[in-house]
Formats: sequence, C-alpha cells, structure tokens
Amino acid sequence: MTLASLFAVALDDYWVTTIFRVVIGLVAVLLPTGTLVYLFLFKMMSFMQSRLGPMEAGPFGSLQLLAEFGKFLQKEDITPAKADKWVFRLAPFVVLISTFLLVLVLPGGPDAFFVNLDVGIYFALAVSSISVIGILMAGWASASKYALLGGIRAAGQLIAYELPLVLAVLGVVIQAESLNMNTIVARQAEWEIFGFGFFGMPFIITQFVGFFIFMVAIQAELTQPPFDMPVAESELVTGYLTEYSGIRFLLFFIGEFATAAVFSAIGAVLFLGGWWIPGIDASSNLFNVIGPLILAGKMILLAFLIFWFRVTYPRFREDQLQKLAWKFLIPLALVNIFVTSVFKVVF
Amino acid sequence: MPQLPGMIKGLGVTARIFFQTVWPDGLLKPPSPAKGAHTVQYPREKEAPPTRARGVIALHHDNCTACMLCARECPDWCIYIEGHKELAPPRRAGGKPRQKNKLDRFDIDFALCMFCGICVEVCPFEALFWSPEYEFSEPRLAELLHDKERLADWMETVPDFLEYEAGAEQKVKKVPSTS
Repeated sequence: MTLASLFAVALDDYWVTTIFRVVIGLVAVLLPTGTLVYLFLFKMMSFMQSRLGPMEAGPFGSLQLLAEFGKFLQKEDITPAKADKWVFRLAPFVVLISTFLLVLVLPGGPDAFFVNLDVGIYFALAVSSISVIGILMAGWASASKYALLGGIRAAGQLIAYELPLVLAVLGVVIQAESLNMNTIVARQAEWEIFGFGFFGMPFIITQFVGFFIFMVAIQAELTQPPFDMPVAESELVTGYLTEYSGIRFLLFFIGEFATAAVFSAIGAVLFLGGWWIPGIDASSNLFNVIGPLILAGKMILLAFLIFWFRVTYPRFREDQLQKLAWKFLIPLALVNIFVTSVFKVVF
Repeated sequence: MPQLPGMIKGLGVTARIFFQTVWPDGLLKPPSPAKGAHTVQYPREKEAPPTRARGVIALHHDNCTACMLCARECPDWCIYIEGHKELAPPRRAGGKPRQKNKLDRFDIDFALCMFCGICVEVCPFEALFWSPEYEFSEPRLAELLHDKERLADWMETVPDFLEYEAGAEQKVKKVPSTS
C-alpha cells in the first residue's frame, strides 16, 4: 500500500479527518497570530519608536512569544469574588470561538478549504459578531465599573462599525455576483478590466472606496488603536480586560490578534485576489499547495497597514468614533453600493 | 476633510523613523537596528550619564562637622547623623585644646531619599556631593541604607569640579571635591 493511498484511506475515516481539521485549524489560527504579534507588534512597532523591542529570548527575540506564553501560564487565574463566575470564565472562549469559526470559510486554494459555503462571506460577517457577545459577557460578569463601561463601549463600537463593514463587503458581493469566497477569488482571477487581463481584476481597483471603508471598519472591529476606546487605559484601566489575568487574559489577547489575522485574510480574499497570483491558471492544482502561502503573504500585507495605523494615530474620542461610523462611513458605503449597482447594470 | 493631510503626514513620520532605525546607513547598506535605535540594550551596554547627573550622594568625611543641617533640611528625614565632641591638640603650644565634632554615624536611607539634592545644596562645608553612579539597587530594602563608609566609597565616582556655565548662579564657597 503506497503512502498516498494510506493517506486517502485515513482521510476517509471520520475521526482522522476531524483531528486533521482541528490541527490544521489550530495552526491556521495560531501561526498567523504569532507571526503578526512578533513581526508587527514586537518588532515593527519598536522600530517605529526607534527602539529594538525584545532581543533576549532567542535570536532577535524570536522566542519571546514562548516566553510570554510561559509567563501567562504561570500567573494566577483570578476570578473576582463578586463576579458572575460561569459567565466570567466562559467569556474568553466565546471570543476565541468566533475567531475559529471565521477561519472556517477562508479559502486557501481551489480545493484547499475547510468548508466551501455558498454564503461564505455572509457566514464570516455573522460569526464575527459573536465576539461582541463574549466581550459584553466579560464586561458584565467582571463586577467592575471599568469592565462594564469598557464592555458597553466595545459593544457600541463593534455594532456601529459592523454596518460599514457589511456595506463595504456588499459592494464586492454585487460586483462578484457571489457570496462564496472561493467564487469571489475565481472572479478576480478570471475577469479583466478594459480588456487588460494580465493581473485579472483584483477588486481593490474597482472597489477602492469599499477597500478604504473595509480597512477602517476592521480597524475598529479589532479595537486596535486609534479605535481602542473600549480598552482606553487612561480612563478605563483596560476596559473589559481589567479583571482578567493569566490564561484567560492570554485567550483574549490571542483572540484579538487572531481576529486581526483572519480579517486581514478576508480583506485579501475580497480585495487582493486571495490565493491567486497573476501568471498561473486559476484552476491549476498548484494553488492548493502555494495558495495558502500566497494568502498568508497578502494577509501580512494588509496586517501591516492595520499595525501601521495602530502605531501612528492617537486614540479617538468616543463621540468622534461614533460620528465617523454613522455620519461618514455608512453614507459613503451606501453611495458606493449605489454606484456599484449602477455600473453593474450599465456594463 | 481638513484632517487628511495631517493624517498622511503622521504615517510618513512613523515610516521615516522605521527606516531610520532599521537602515541607519541608507537603504543600500545592510540593516543594523542596533545602531539606528536611540535606545541601548541596558545590561550589556550602558549609556554614560551626564556628569552632573543625580545618581547617588557621596560623603566626604573630613569636611563633615556633624552640624546636622542636612538632616534637618531633608524633606524625607532620611539622613541619620550621630556624633560626639572630641578634644583636639591646641593649634599653638600652650594653648587650650580645641573642641571638634567627631562623626560616629552618617546614614542616608536611599529607600526614602527622593534625590532632591537639598542636603548637597545646604551643606556649608562641602561634605556632600552628587555622583552620577546609579547602579546601587539591592534585593533587600534595608540594604538601601548606606552607612558612612559606603557613602565615602562613592567619593571616588564624584567627577572633578566642573566650571559653571556662563550666566549660572555661582556658589561662592565652592571648593573642589578632592581637597
């Protein structure tokens, strides 16, 4: 029996497939998260502040993440006496689960995906809102005024910015005529603009307004600075994270940056052509191997933008933050949808 | 959108600092962040503090007369002085023996000290000096109480008397630390 056929038989077994998927899922969440945190949060941020960042653990501090992981494991897992204990302990997992569900619909190649949902992007946007529930749970159950205010601010912000996010994605969906993320990639690979088809048609060219709104909205969805009002340390300590310590804080932390990675990947799928690069036929089997790497490269490119904005801008005031969403981004997104629909009908 | 030019400028600033840090010699040379960064990796390399830095207070025994002025002026009451009177031989033959204050104890508790420098300022006999040395942390709080021998040891690190800058208020009776 050859190795390949052994592999095929093993993949037929339900439990082997499930374990395989769980392992790949963990890798798909944790590896990009670690890459982003080390590459951008530790190193790029330090360089932009004219310092070196972590340098002690491993060459150029590359093992710092392991050191941090060990540190968080050692710390005591404190639950406040007056906290709503079940809800308090469950909250970080709810946030993390929403991240893991998001990875589910990310296509890594023509056949390299966990599930190929016809409503892919819709599903992604829907499960991304589960994290709001987790954050509200954390804020409420902590029995602390800072945590409660932070949780409520987070909920207000996440709900406000979900609208421009959805509306920005809608422009892409109208243009691609599909909610399926793999189809969206295929359309970007196959279509051409004005008969000039070498690099296909990444939707960033036609949907640049949508791309701008999408980037601003995910910055706010991730509560990254300048949209980090919910964890504003000068007024709210660390918002809904105030009472968390040890492994549960680590889960929130992983959730935050894993979501940054996944949202960057979704952005890459929607606007930069996903796993496709010019020069190779989109239906080529090669993409099942190099597709995930290409997607990771584009994800890092978008994550770089997120972290660049994070380092540069000071925090918004709460009312400015809401104004930006409701008075600027949402009308702009609506205009974008209207213009896209008109062009779609005309051409 | 009046804020837009400023926001783009801000992105430019962070990007510029990034390139200045990673490629201090220009983009064609290999990156060397250790050279480009403004910080130093502390336990391995150290920055020399300025000569007038307020690191630690040194005591010049011979000049101290146990007059207690520093202990009384200290806002934190962190200086402990004990002394007794001694008879010194007369200056001229047949004269009366002189009385001198002998220092028994001179402790500064650096756990309390806030490094205001009032004691150094107020000392009329030039017995207290600032030293730029700053590495004297201890694992135990009680060990931050420096006795007079330890304070005297810091005298080696006191820089020589520096000329005042032009226009600075001059202390009339300033004497060199090595007298």
